[in-house]
Amino acid sequence: MRKLFAPLLVLTAVMFAYAPVVIANTRYESTMFLVQKIFYFHFASWMAWAAAIGVCGIASAVYLFRADPRGDRLAVAGAELAILFGAFGLVTGSLWGRKAWGVWWQWDARLTMALMAELIFVGYLLVRKYGGPGAEKLAAGMGIFGAATTPFIYKSVDWWRTIHPQTSVVRNLGETAPDMYGAMLFCTVAFLLLFASLLTVRVHLESRRAELDRLYLALEDQP
Amino acid sequence: MSFATTAFLVLKKDFTIEVKSGEILYTTLFFAVSCVLIFAIAFVREGQPVEGAGAGILWIAVLFAGNLALGRTFERERYGETVRALLLTPAPRAAIYVGKLLGIVALLVAAECLLVPMVAFLFDAPLFARPLLLAAILGLGTVGFASVGTLFAAMLVRSRTRDVMLPILLYPITVPVIIAGVLGTSALLQSPADEPVALLWIWLLVSFDVVFVTLALWTFEPLMTE
Repeated sequence: MRKLFAPLLVLTAVMFAYAPVVIANTRYESTMFLVQKIFYFHFASWMAWAAAIGVCGIASAVYLFRADPRGDRLAVAGAELAILFGAFGLVTGSLWGRKAWGVWWQWDARLTMALMAELIFVGYLLVRKYGGPGAEKLAAGMGIFGAATTPFIYKSVDWWRTIHPQTSVVRNLGETAPDMYGAMLFCTVAFLLLFASLLTVRVHLESRRAELDRLYLALEDQP
Repeated sequence: MSFATTAFLVLKKDFTIEVKSGEILYTTLFFAVSCVLIFAIAFVREGQPVEGAGAGILWIAVLFAGNLALGRTFERERYGETVRALLLTPAPRAAIYVGKLLGIVALLVAAECLLVPMVAFLFDAPLFARPLLLAAILGLGTVGFASVGTLFAAMLVRSRTRDVMLPILLYPITVPVIIAGVLGTSALLQSPADEPVALLWIWLLVSFDVVFVTLALWTFEPLMTE
């Protein structure tokens, strides 16, 4: 993984540097014009958020059922990145909403659920920090449940129709506006690569920390 | 011993203790009633209750009381140092979980039997217009909330900070259940009652319950292993 890290980082940096050009080259949306351009980063950050939650949920399950400490490290990295990308998505969404709907925040189904999912993972970190001994297991339970509620967040907009664009908008974009679809895919890949590099760094840090703890313990055991 | 027998025995044990002391039932009921009274102070303007507040008040009272009850049931196990004994029994762990869950659900249903008439009476809410639908929403919502609550309360027994941690973990995760419960109930409180919307939320509650109970049964065993 360490060998792959440098190319991954370079590729991510290049993609992010080129992303403004890709976005600038897409056509203007017919009603929102320039404001709609935030969509490319907004959508991409939610995709990275979904990936982070998936990683956290699966890694939590692996930790819980296999008692593999690597699962725990991956889960904590996933939860932190879920908070990061979720915060980015909420902020870009709020900015977009201010211009498109006229309000910063709307108590729409998906917005509410996204905020709650954000709270779940903040709760996850709180449990890890203040849960005392055995908190990793508690947090793993939280991670599994958090990941399980996320599909409901995704589907909630279809069940409870409100002003947030329907999920089919993105699906139909490929036929109606291929240039916009291309830019969206480009940004999504860039965000996923950013997610992958941050995840690698974070997991690496966590395993260094575990190694340090192990060394301290070994030192104390010495006569 | 079969799964159902074990679950029933755990439930019977809790029920016997509760009948003797009445501690959790009375404190929970009293707390729920105080909650409703505080809302009455906040939401009654010039003698008239705010329209549509009934559903939210009912659910908040149930959820707060539920949090209190969940904390207390496992506190008793911890205090009597019977958690380990319970987990050492050669019975499926999931059966112990089901027994505990049924106890919490029964307790909350008892609280709801008091709260529903009280909210209907104090806030002039037509809660008894569709009794079956209301019972379905309350019952399913309680099961969803209690299934996650029982699991987390059991996990937190060993944690030092369990009193703060339980609500922190529980409320964000059960938010889908809370939303479905509150919106389903307020659909019933409209005049005339919006039955299709209420039914939609009932189906959503069923799906949430299935997911939460399945996940809880699946994770209870590894989460309770030291």
